[in-house]
Amino acid sequence: MVSSVASSATGVDLHAARISVFRRQDRFFHGLTQFFALTVLLALVGILISLGIEAAPALQAFGAPFLWSNVWNVPESQFGALISVYGTLMTSTIALLIAVPVSFGIALFLTETCPLWLRRPLGTAVELLAGIPSIVYGIWGLFVFAPLFAEYVQPSLQAAFGDIPVLGGLFAGTPMGIGILTAGLVLSLMVIPFVASVMRDVFETVPPVLKESAYGVGCTQWEVVTRIVLPYTRVGVVGGIMLGLGRALGETMAVTFVIGNANRIAGSLFAPGNSIASSLANEFGEAEPGLHLASLFALGLVLFVITFIVLAASNWLIARGRAKAGL
Amino acid sequence: MHNFMKSVLVAALFAAGAHSAVAADITGAGATFPYAVYTKWAEGYKAATGNQVNYQGIGSSGGVKQIKAKTVDFGGTDAPLKEADLDAVGLLQVPTVMGGATIVVNLPGVTSGQIKLDGETAANIFRGAITKWNDAAIAKLNPGVKLPASAITVAHRSDGSGTTYVVTHYLAKQSMAFKRDVGAGNTVNWPMNAVGGKGNPGVAANVSKIEGAIGYVDIADAMKNKMIFIALKNKAGNYIVPSQDAVADAAAGANFKVKGMAPDLLDQSHKNAWPITTATYLLVYEKGADAAKQKGVVDFFTWSLNHGQKAAEELGFVALPANVVKMVEAELKQVK
Repeated sequence: MVSSVASSATGVDLHAARISVFRRQDRFFHGLTQFFALTVLLALVGILISLGIEAAPALQAFGAPFLWSNVWNVPESQFGALISVYGTLMTSTIALLIAVPVSFGIALFLTETCPLWLRRPLGTAVELLAGIPSIVYGIWGLFVFAPLFAEYVQPSLQAAFGDIPVLGGLFAGTPMGIGILTAGLVLSLMVIPFVASVMRDVFETVPPVLKESAYGVGCTQWEVVTRIVLPYTRVGVVGGIMLGLGRALGETMAVTFVIGNANRIAGSLFAPGNSIASSLANEFGEAEPGLHLASLFALGLVLFVITFIVLAASNWLIARGRAKAGL
Repeated sequence: MHNFMKSVLVAALFAAGAHSAVAADITGAGATFPYAVYTKWAEGYKAATGNQVNYQGIGSSGGVKQIKAKTVDFGGTDAPLKEADLDAVGLLQVPTVMGGATIVVNLPGVTSGQIKLDGETAANIFRGAITKWNDAAIAKLNPGVKLPASAITVAHRSDGSGTTYVVTHYLAKQSMAFKRDVGAGNTVNWPMNAVGGKGNPGVAANVSKIEGAIGYVDIADAMKNKMIFIALKNKAGNYIVPSQDAVADAAAGANFKVKGMAPDLLDQSHKNAWPITTATYLLVYEKGADAAKQKGVVDFFTWSLNHGQKAAEELGFVALPANVVKMVEAELKQVK
């Protein structure tokens, strides 16, 4: 009897001791994870501050007009961001215009209509495409895609649209194979696997009971997709598209290879241009300290801000979608 | 077993001995243009002496930054520093190897050396003032050659580059208008019909893929890619097809007896001189903190200038003339 009381007492002690160990572990774990999370924030703020400091001379010299000046003249030390911003936005827009519908089709096919035996190999193929290093896309774009594009696609585009007033202007100029359009096309190819994988994953989260009910009341496949699948997965779909846009905005190597690296804005999509990332990749190594280097840092800052705006806009879109759906 | 221990000990001692020799490992960084030949020399030097030399091709201005920051033992640059800049920080500058840039074209049916240009016409093409191949200015220099009516596309380096530096300086010398419109330097303001490629291979690819393109690449790359050269009129009035001999002839006529040993090699007046000739330069402190490393730099380049000429020629570079090698050796003797 006595011994049993004693043992139960030590049992309680042991229990308390163990709990305090667990608590300490928990606190340690919490602290550690918090530290990791804060490192990200710290790195972000650190990058922003150092970009700001390095870019300061350029921002002081050119002021706000730096943003809309279309001059990038290294020998005369005159710099503006417009050419690169235009190239970045233009190539990313072309990439998304192509990648979003195609990814949509891929994801819908994989989740809705694909025969089961084909799902895995096709899905893996899409994921593999996402794993190819961007320089490979660049080299392929320059040496394989651009010559074929110049020989077969560009002349026929010019023949088809050349005489139409506005559309013709978009396809004017020497068909060189490289330029804004080529960069957009190569980018779209790089973005598709990302967007398609995310879309497929979110489409798979739709509860089968919802779809089956819809089919049950006689909905067509098209109605199921537009009325059930898409509303249910809107947030994820927007997220996937933004992920793709993020990649397109910041892509460096592949774009540098095929955009033509010309510091000017031409109306034609066939004309070479420059993006922020490719300007940085090209000129950073040999930039003289002073305004040139500072202006390159300022370009980096502009890209940072553009990416931030894109992320903020996507979050706003998602939040608005939720509010509308009454969630 | 005993024997085995012995051999291990001997090996360890040997390794220790080798290590003390390796202590004079030297590192350099800078221009990408001489990267291939410096790496080749470093291989040969290591085989001959056991000493290791590492060179990183990070670009000329990067090389200048690094040697000024003293993070490397020597710097490499294609754009020579001015006398005042050298004196300000106590740097010594000597040429190590030479090369040239060539102008290459893509015109159907045209063979190497068939198209003749003078400096001014070339400058007008590269600044976008002449935009068609059958322009009267080009036709006048090329009687008998059937020139197409196709548009000219100017292919240039998109990355800041020593090759751009030397070509634009040459063209700016030939034409004030080029100097005004395009400028001269590592990165310049190209005309509307220009397209940029990354690195010499990028330009080579653009020229070979775009019909009617004209561009510039260094001689080694142009030869490797079997590109179509133009013949360029030199100061003596002869049309020269770029070659290693023509580069050597340009150097033979230059006066290296200047501070920094960087005479202007462009548009030399020798009969067969290739007009767009350039040298690449070594930067080393005259009085360095680490005597062993300073000596290492001098030993490496002295060895290379005497034993590395054939390797340089094989890579498409041009060795310094014998009298210039002697001057470089004398100059390097001042390094402490």
